[in-house]
Formats: sequence, structure tokens, C-alpha cells
Amino acid sequence: MTPTHFAPPRLSLRLFAVWRRNFLVWRKLALPSIVGNLADPVIYMLGLGYGLGMLVPEVEGVSYIAFLAGGTLCYSTMNAATFEALYSGFSRMHVQKTWEAIMNAPVALDDIVAAELVWAASKSCLAGTAILAVIAIFGFTASALALAAIPVIFLAGLCFAALGLIMTALAPSYDFFMYYFTLFITPMTLMSGVFFPQSQLPDSVRTIADLLPLSHAVSVVRPLLLGQVPQQAGLHLAVLGVVTVLAFWLALALTRRRLLK
Amino acid sequence: MPLEITGLVKRFGSGADAKEVVRGIDLKLRPGECFALLGPNGAGKTTTLRCALGLTGASSGSISLCGLPVPEQAREARARVGVVPQLDSLDPDFTCAENLIVFAGYFGMRESEIRPRIPELLAFAGLEGKDKARIQSLSGGMKRRLTLARALVNKPELLILDEPTTGLDPQARHLIWERLRRLTAEGTTILLTTHFMDEAERLANRLAILDAGRILVQGTPREVIAAHIEPQVVEVFGEWDNTGAGAAAWAEANAATFSKRCEISGETAFCYTDDATSLLAHLARQPGLRSLHRPANLEDVFLKLTGRELRD
Repeated sequence: MTPTHFAPPRLSLRLFAVWRRNFLVWRKLALPSIVGNLADPVIYMLGLGYGLGMLVPEVEGVSYIAFLAGGTLCYSTMNAATFEALYSGFSRMHVQKTWEAIMNAPVALDDIVAAELVWAASKSCLAGTAILAVIAIFGFTASALALAAIPVIFLAGLCFAALGLIMTALAPSYDFFMYYFTLFITPMTLMSGVFFPQSQLPDSVRTIADLLPLSHAVSVVRPLLLGQVPQQAGLHLAVLGVVTVLAFWLALALTRRRLLK
Repeated sequence: MPLEITGLVKRFGSGADAKEVVRGIDLKLRPGECFALLGPNGAGKTTTLRCALGLTGASSGSISLCGLPVPEQAREARARVGVVPQLDSLDPDFTCAENLIVFAGYFGMRESEIRPRIPELLAFAGLEGKDKARIQSLSGGMKRRLTLARALVNKPELLILDEPTTGLDPQARHLIWERLRRLTAEGTTILLTTHFMDEAERLANRLAILDAGRILVQGTPREVIAAHIEPQVVEVFGEWDNTGAGAAAWAEANAATFSKRCEISGETAFCYTDDATSLLAHLARQPGLRSLHRPANLEDVFLKLTGRELRD
């Protein structure tokens, strides 16, 4: 790595042409894509919510399934953004050579990486919004405050897309992503209060858990779905924002090193 | 000037591991000409193109693309250039027409601007009526032609093609050549890399042979052949005598008498000469040997300058 790799991004409006390309491909495959992003988390939420919910009558003063709804929304948004940045991003960058083709046009690599970031967040936000609709239809949220969760999951989508793009920039092949899921995404999901309150975690683990971006997303989204104003919302959103900026910066530097040689 | 490269050097890595892939290239394209960059694998052709497009920084030297300095204004310069990359990079999820529309979007063109030109672009690529065809249903030659059409969406002043006919069958190659001639006739400047000598001889007004990051010769195909190689070649192969000795043994004993220069590759001797009469008369008296007499071509120059060893 050299300092030039870390130069600030130089972006142009052409990034929306790249975003649009991804959107047009998505539109062709929208139905399986939405079903895929929706069915899995909803099945888990209903299965665990009703199944475990029989054993656990109340968590933090609400039914287990209502507790689970906010966590499900966050972790499925995270998964959608991560999958898009990792597998689909890698396909476009490495397998299909789509990025190479675009760079021959008057579009810079910075625009492409930024477009991938915004696209992965858009797609994950769409998936999250669909899940939010299911949650509302099932009556697990009744508050208009839940609508405020949509921009929050968009921000979370940006954050996890940026983290994912770091992996994409480093990946030699698809198999590499297994490390990221096994060593980062899965433990983070279990430590971030998605399935059970973080108060159940041992103190030492709790310290680490508090640093994880998914914890911060859950801390804002869950109260919103329960009709409460989240505490320290500014802090949580700021953490997501700062992680997004730093992760994107690193992902861009790594991608420049990989492709601009 | 479509492209002007002065003193281009490109190093990869740093310190003791540094590898100089391009070592001082000077190149000046004239408007409307077709210029071919020839060289074995690893000669620095693709790296030179990448530098010219501003996709990688030069270690030293200066580049001007369509009159604009690169990399400073590479983005603006690329708006006036079309590129056919070495590897197919069409969007497999889109139809032929959608590939062109989406690519035009990268140049800031609206769908309404490019849509009316699609029949013309597809016809140019010999893909009439294929606007709704999926990319997977196209043959290798059709994909390459669509890539050519895609490179023309912005009506480029300069078209850059990196090994445009590698892997294509003769019919597809001839069609691409014909289209490239048509483009130069219409005033488009073309820069292409190739390792097919016949392609360069047919298409290029001027060419440069590149090896190990340096330009070895530069000029029109005729000039290069005339300046660097004897006009006649006799390839000699087969059995020399009853002892089992072959053309190589024959060449060691006789080539110097009958030819100016002789290269032995395996069991074939390539004899280069200004006048092959006496050599052919001698060969007529060697019943076991067979021979092929032909005028020297660019491939002979290329092999003379870059050697016969494999490059991979």
C-alpha cells in the first residue's frame, strides 16, 4: 500500500449510471431476489418467535416475537448488504469483469466502488422494508415510529456494505468469504442482541459486543419498532456513520491497489 | 493528436523486487491511421494501453490522449475513446440492446439518445435483429463484435483494441478486419495490439514491435520488412541422407554457402537470402529434403527480433 491508495475519493455523478446498471439487473431477477431476502428471515422470526416464545413468555417487557422483530430486521438487512457486496460485487469485479469494462468509459474506479456501496445499501434497505411490512402485517409493530427504522437500516446497509467491500477487495475467490461469515458475521449476530438481550452476555463479551456495528443498529431499530424513542440514538447512528466512512475508505484503497496496477 | 506517449516507463513493485515492464516507450499516432502494437506475451502491450487510458499510473513519462494530459484528465479523454478489451466483459444479464444502452449511460448518454442508433450499431457488428438476444446465446465471434459495437456508442475519435481477434475463427476475423477498415476509412484512428502478424500486415498503416518493454522497430509493414529481413525465405525440413541426419545437420554444413543467414528451429532450417536460385538448385539435388520457398513476411522479422523461445 502507498499513500496514493488512501487519497480521498474523487467521485462524479456517473456513479448513478453504475448504480442504475445494478438496479436494472436486479429488476430482471427481482422476484427470486425478494423472496430469497424475505422468506428466510421471516421463517426464522416466526419459527423462533412462536416456538421459543412458548418457553419465553416475555423479554424486556414485550412478547419474545415482538422483541425478535427488531433484531430480525437488522440482521437480515446486514445479511442482504453483505451478500451483495461480497458475492455479487466479487462477480462483477472479478468474474464478469464488469468493473473493467466500466473503467474504459469515463467513469473512475472510485465511482464504481461508491456505486457498489450505495447499491448494496439500497438493495438491503429494500429487503429490510419488505420485512418491516411483514412485521407490521403480523402486528408485531403498531407504531408509526417504525417508519423511522427505514433510514436507519439504510445506514446500517451502507455500514455493512462498506465492511463487505473490504473483503471483496482482498478476496482471491468466493471461498474466502466463508472466513468473514464464520469469524465475523455469525459471532456478531449472536453478540448484538438479535436473538436475546445483551444483558445475558458475560461482562467481558459485553465489552466487545458494544463495539460491534450490529449492536448499534439493533439499539436504535428495536425501540422504534416497539414505539419507543431510542436512547442515545445519536451515538449509535454516529458509530454506524463513522464505521461506514472508515470502512469505505479502506475498501477503496484496497480496491485501487488491486485494480489500478 | 489521438495519442502521444513520450518516455513511458512502468515499474511494478518497489526496491529489489521492482520489475520494469515498460522501459521507455515513445509513440505518436497520426489522426486517421491504424497503428498496430506487436509483441510476444509479456512484452508490455497491455500495460502500455492501460497507462494510455489512465487506468494505471506511469512510473515516468508523459501521455496525451485526444489532446488531454493523462492521468490528470483521463476521464475526459476516455469520453472520446472506445475500447475493446482483451477479455469479453459484456453484461450476461442483459440483452444485446441493453448492453449498449447501459454502456452509453457510462458516457452520460440518455436512453433516448442511444436507442435510435442501436439498429445501426448492431448492423455494423453483423448482429441485425439481435437486439433482444441474450448474451449467453451468442457465439464467441458475435460477443466480440458486440463488444466492438459497444466501444462505438460514444462515436470515438480513437478506438483501442487489445487482441481483437484472438480465439476467433477465420470468418469472424475477416468480418472484424473489414469493419475496422471501414472505421479508418470514416476517419477513426485505431490502435490495436495483436500477435497475429498477418493481422498487422493487413490492417496497419504503421506498426511497432515491442519486446521486454521496449520498441524494437517502428514503421510501415513494408519498411519494417525491407529494413530488417532478407526478402526471400526457404524453409528446409525432412531427411538429408541415409544416415538419418535431418535438415539441421544439412544446414550446419551448407546453409552458409547458399544463404545470408539461417535459423534452425527444431528440425527445420529457415534460410534467409536475397536470391534463392542457387539454394533451390542445390536442394533439388537432395532428394530426402523438402523445402518451402516464400517471400519474407512480418512474422520472420518478429521472430528475428524477439527470438524463437517460448514466452509464457
